[in-house]
Amino acid sequence: MALPTLLILVIVTFVLMHAAPGGPFTSEKPLPPQVLANIEAKYGLNEPLYKQIFMYLQGIVTEFDFGPSYVYKDRTVNDIIAQGLPVTLTYGAWVIVLMLAVGVPLGMIAALKQNTWIDYLAVGFSILADLLPNFIMGPILILIFTLWLGWLPGGGWNGGQWEYMVMPVIALATSYMASITRLTRSSMLEVLRSNFIRTARAKGLPERTIILRHALKPALMPVISYLSPVFVYVITGSFIVDAIFSTGGLGTYFTNAAFNRDYAVMMGVTLLTGGLTILFNLFVDLLYSWIDPQIRY
Amino acid sequence: MQNATLTQTETAVRGRSQWADARARFLKNKAAMVSLYLLAALVVFAIFGGQLSRYTIDEIDWQMLGMIADLGGPSMENGHYFGVDELGRDLYARTLLGLQISLMVGIIGAVVAAIFGTLYGAVSGYAGGQTDSIMMRTVDILTSVPLFFIIIMLLVVFGQSILMIFVGIGLTNWLGMARVVRGQTLSLKNKEFVEAARALGVPTLTIIRRHIVPNLIGVVVVYTSLLVPQMILLESTISFLGLGVQEPQTSLGLLISEGTSTMQYGTFWQLGYPLAFFMLVLFCFYYIGDGLRDALDPKDR
Repeated sequence: MALPTLLILVIVTFVLMHAAPGGPFTSEKPLPPQVLANIEAKYGLNEPLYKQIFMYLQGIVTEFDFGPSYVYKDRTVNDIIAQGLPVTLTYGAWVIVLMLAVGVPLGMIAALKQNTWIDYLAVGFSILADLLPNFIMGPILILIFTLWLGWLPGGGWNGGQWEYMVMPVIALATSYMASITRLTRSSMLEVLRSNFIRTARAKGLPERTIILRHALKPALMPVISYLSPVFVYVITGSFIVDAIFSTGGLGTYFTNAAFNRDYAVMMGVTLLTGGLTILFNLFVDLLYSWIDPQIRY
Repeated sequence: MQNATLTQTETAVRGRSQWADARARFLKNKAAMVSLYLLAALVVFAIFGGQLSRYTIDEIDWQMLGMIADLGGPSMENGHYFGVDELGRDLYARTLLGLQISLMVGIIGAVVAAIFGTLYGAVSGYAGGQTDSIMMRTVDILTSVPLFFIIIMLLVVFGQSILMIFVGIGLTNWLGMARVVRGQTLSLKNKEFVEAARALGVPTLTIIRRHIVPNLIGVVVVYTSLLVPQMILLESTISFLGLGVQEPQTSLGLLISEGTSTMQYGTFWQLGYPLAFFMLVLFCFYYIGDGLRDALDPKDR
């Protein structure tokens, strides 16, 4: 499953790159044809397509080498990934932690106190947060905490100090935190209505034990399978965050590469994030079968 | 007297169709109805609002330049109802264009995705067997490809035009729809009433037309309406990065992005107006989709 997906990704991106009118070295100032041919030979662009794909794959598989950048002559795609990826992963991890740490308890409380003001508050918050996608949350946060209150720096990374990470993480986490709240709430409500909970209540178990030992696990199943789209969202959303807060993650490089038609960087980042997504899905599947032993792969 | 009771029982017995039921449920949903009226107003505004505009989208008001933070605010007298942007262009005209483009992208993108996904899913579900498993495995593989990157690559390679955004967004978002429709077709195909129709010798095409399609429409409509805000969000995200619609054309996402970059100079209206319209549009589609789901898919409640 994972391998054909990656292969398709490689082929699609390669074919797209080659369908482009004008290669990466077409500029306003046309190069002499001889020079162009030399450069293309250097980067292997004169080979037939299938051979290029094969060479590219060989480089990745044997040496984890994504090739040179077409625009920055002194940098390889690996250098760029090595700079951007740790940043993205650092705040991405915090985003997922924050989503779960707030979304799950909030959804549970809302379900347990259904139709009270706490429930309405939680549902209201989750709807509001739904209307505030990351590229709106970002500016609003900067407006409040940087321009008006002056508490937090409005951008930069500075080696991952917490002041620089607060706003990016909140901006990225809010909208999916809302979805997790709603998901937890509805699945908790469903579990609480099921027969085995009624049995547990009939046995006279304390409410606390019922919730924590019996209801929590099955109620979390939909949340866990929701983690895969969450991961994809965090990766795509990190591009916006990088643009707003200049955090210098992968997104910065990808967006620049898109402007400069630096196909090698675009492809490297796409493949890397694609591979990470697949790995993460695998992890979610394992988590799933660990929590629910009925599921076997 | 007797006649009156007879007619009364007759009307009582006459059942309501599934659609009348759904309509009644939708009409009772306050949030959805308010959103529907609001959206209608927004659409009317998007179409006819240009009549009120005294400037075009790329006309530069030279008197404003250099003093935009002081003079460029919203004003009725000089005709810049929403103020001007950092280049002295009328924000009213630009917000209007952004609204048009965002609505268009949302609706057309969702419809393209809906048509493609429905066809794919219905064929896969109705064919069944080997064809079905191959078609669905393809969808599974495509789902795990990060589509956002593919859209950006399409835009970079084939040029950043509105048409390409429609194509890219529409073609990369039909997967969920295909899966939903396929599941629905598969379960419908084996329902008793379809079996009965088949046993009675009703031709296949008639079965599809009279029994499968009407039962699919509910799901398709609900799913399409839920896709619209997602499409708008996706387009705005791409435009926010500057990879979507190109100047002097604009979209709400691009306007918000420009507003963000200039708000430190105190030109808050440049962020406020596009943001307000953007959130209003999302809000409307969100509640309409929710209302449609409640109305057409009652088992979910």
